[in-house]
Amino acid sequence: MVNTTTGSTKELAAVFTQKASLVSACVHEAKDRTEAMDKTLALLAQKPPLDPQMASGKKQDPSKRILAAPNLDHDGFQQLSDLCRAFPHIHLIRDRLRDFPGGIDMGVTTADFGIADTGTLVINSNDEHTRLATMLCEVHVAILAVSDIRETALSMTKELEMLVGRKGSYTAFVTGASRTADIERVLAIGVHGPLELHIILVEEK
Amino acid sequence: MESHENLKSYKHRLDDALDNHFLRQAMDKFAVAYRTSRENAFAGMDVADLIQQVADIKAAAIADSKALLERFIKKATAHGVHVHLADTAEDANRIIGEIAQKTGSKKIVKSKSMTAEEIHLNRWLENLGVEVTETDLGEWIVQLRKEGPSHMVMPAIHLSRFQVADLFSDVTGTDQDAEIDRLVKVARKELREKFVQADMGITGANYALADTGTIGIATNEGNARLVTTLPKVHVALVGIDKLLPTLADALTVNRILPKNATGQAITSYVTWITGPSECTTAPSGKREMHIVFLDNGRSKIAADPVFAQVLQCVRCGACANVCPVYRMVGGHQMGHIYIGAIGLITTYFFHGIENAKNLVQNCTNCGACKAVCAGGIDLPHLIKEIHARIQDEAGHPLQSLLLGKVLKSRKLFHSLLRTAHLAQKPLLDKKEKPYLRHLPMIFSSDHNFRRLPAIADVPFRDRFEKLHKPTDNPRFTIALFSGCVQDFVYPEHLEAAMKGFAMHNIHVTFPMGQSCCGLPAVSMGEKSAARDVALQNLDAVDLDTVDYIVTLCASCASHLTHGVPKLLKDYAPKKAAAFADKVVPYSVFMNDIVGIASAVRTGADVGRKTAFHSPCHLCRGLGVHNTPHELIEKSGNQYVPTDEEETCCGFGGSFSTTFPAVSNEILTRKLDDVTESGADLLVTECPGCVLQLRGGVAKQGRKFTVCHLSELLYPQSEP
Repeated sequence: MVNTTTGSTKELAAVFTQKASLVSACVHEAKDRTEAMDKTLALLAQKPPLDPQMASGKKQDPSKRILAAPNLDHDGFQQLSDLCRAFPHIHLIRDRLRDFPGGIDMGVTTADFGIADTGTLVINSNDEHTRLATMLCEVHVAILAVSDIRETALSMTKELEMLVGRKGSYTAFVTGASRTADIERVLAIGVHGPLELHIILVEEK
Repeated sequence: MESHENLKSYKHRLDDALDNHFLRQAMDKFAVAYRTSRENAFAGMDVADLIQQVADIKAAAIADSKALLERFIKKATAHGVHVHLADTAEDANRIIGEIAQKTGSKKIVKSKSMTAEEIHLNRWLENLGVEVTETDLGEWIVQLRKEGPSHMVMPAIHLSRFQVADLFSDVTGTDQDAEIDRLVKVARKELREKFVQADMGITGANYALADTGTIGIATNEGNARLVTTLPKVHVALVGIDKLLPTLADALTVNRILPKNATGQAITSYVTWITGPSECTTAPSGKREMHIVFLDNGRSKIAADPVFAQVLQCVRCGACANVCPVYRMVGGHQMGHIYIGAIGLITTYFFHGIENAKNLVQNCTNCGACKAVCAGGIDLPHLIKEIHARIQDEAGHPLQSLLLGKVLKSRKLFHSLLRTAHLAQKPLLDKKEKPYLRHLPMIFSSDHNFRRLPAIADVPFRDRFEKLHKPTDNPRFTIALFSGCVQDFVYPEHLEAAMKGFAMHNIHVTFPMGQSCCGLPAVSMGEKSAARDVALQNLDAVDLDTVDYIVTLCASCASHLTHGVPKLLKDYAPKKAAAFADKVVPYSVFMNDIVGIASAVRTGADVGRKTAFHSPCHLCRGLGVHNTPHELIEKSGNQYVPTDEEETCCGFGGSFSTTFPAVSNEILTRKLDDVTESGADLLVTECPGCVLQLRGGVAKQGRKFTVCHLSELLYPQSEP
């Protein structure tokens, strides 16, 4: 693998990986976006079938896998959809996520930033589909460029203010999968959000 | 919990909680686990500095809250948010009810909000015929059980998996296994339907940022994200104390909030919402967003010089997590709505004197809450202030009034103690001096959980002249402050210390005008009596002639150091500060100032495994942690650590007589720890702790003995 990262970004990536792993996120590495998409599809191939959360509503075809990729840019989505052509059982969507209240198999999103000291993803979730993709999916895959990792939230206040300060904005800090310890303080992963979080660190944007 | 109960029925509730085996075990496990996870979360960080930063940010925001609110409203309104101001709980309920009606909302999903609990919002909405569903797992559980939360961040911590399984079996009409992962999945499924059907979502907010008109919400389960995304209407109910100027301020507070709450570095989700965001089902394409700012007494608190710091609370719940009383009785007994130390204080402001008057007494004044408070609030001090205020408003109980009156006159107080010595004679256990065989009638049978010591035949003040040896060229001249318990009950502690002082050429004076330090008066809510005795003590000691004021009672030392200057800040601030400067606890004086060497001794008094019980007022009150361990080693004995050396013994002065059953349980937990350590001897540095611990050991027939540090260093067997 070609190493193009500098010493300090490499260190930040290492801290990020360690902290994210502590909260049960799985961190993977990829050299570019193509490799990240390959990994995403490999994760989808391993995934058990969806456990539908809605008794009512239309039934889903159990042989299908729903993959939502709402915030990939035009080229990225095109690329993913080309890759998906080899897998007819994958149903790739980028909007109308409200049609799947019972859940979707996987949401793949890019992340705007990573915060090393807590292993946190920062995701601009202004549009509803990005939000729903990261909430209704059983597995959330986030693609994060190594160069977008910062040391602490406080060290990137200016960048965060650009996101948070905008009218109508909805900015999500995501750290690990959804969790609870509300019964007997025993940790359980996967409550109202994803059951699993995978982060693919990409060396080149 | 709505009906106003008296102290007696409150105590019955405490007894029931103490009998709840599951609750006791759950709380105990939690108390121990929390300590470790908090330590891990803060590893490598300067916690004190972080707390100070948060305290400063919050204090500045409280002082500036009016301007912050104006700025927030301007920004948020420009974003298209409907901002409402609610002076009272009823106003807030009415506003939110009207929003529901205007938007035709019949079904509401809620994420967790203590502020909504504070105003009983669900009840109000349900009366309007609206279906309200809590979506945080713990909140949903307690909602289904028609209870309130028993912890600020873990609302259902009082329930077992079996109770939850039974509940969920009822709700789903299918038998559910008591397996936690599966129970969580039941909630995931049951609530998904609710999210999808909901017309309106209600949240609280952890932060409201004035600069950008943003609210920030920290959650773990992901429910608040669905609540603020699926329904067409979002209402955020926000206390005005949540206002901060900038995102950076919120990020700073957020560095400590989750670590202090649950030992997490950060919650799974932190959501920042700046005005209505996209909603594809709303006609305008944007969600309708309302923010209701709640005052409900907060402005009044903010304007109060003593209590303004209450609003520095970030609602982490840590004060409950470390509270020895909470650990024994759980949250429903340790707060009205807000739980833990902060709850004892805010109940008075938010829910009135009737709901606060019993609660406020349920504090051992151990200071564990203050030591972990994320907002740097002096919680034990404020609890005592509230207690005093409630008594001033609602009337002082006879017992407390008498204590106050008696303490104001030292001579009366001391002659009463001498009379009590005579009165107790028929009660003394002839075989087993120095314990009282039966308790005087004023105590109920509850107080029999420990053996109470007898008042000494001759108090220390009458023995001093004989013991006192004049010294030429003394190394130091000290004033010995005895405190009432050592003067009248345990003069032998002071006698042992006198041997050491003589050995090290210390000139000892005993100011005869000294009285009680005043702490018992403070803890019974008798502030004016506490002030009077503080002034008497200031007059009694000639500061120019002594190098130090040494006391063998850690509680006296802590109160004279920190409490007296607070009490006298408008009366004799300079003198109180000069007095406080000279006060040192016995262990620090002997070890660090006199610098005693290791004793050379043989026989029965050496080589014993010796545990230390650190008095709350020594470790947290004065920051002394390891000095007594060094002295134990110097005495020729072996110091053995115990599991929770710095946890309260349950004495807490009047606490142990007001709530004997709880005190007994805390005591038993402490004695269990010592038994487990295999110690032969338990040493401490406070006569109150000796009274509690020694009494417990005698009553429970434990295999170790209890003594004061001075008795360890200068045993009776030596001249």
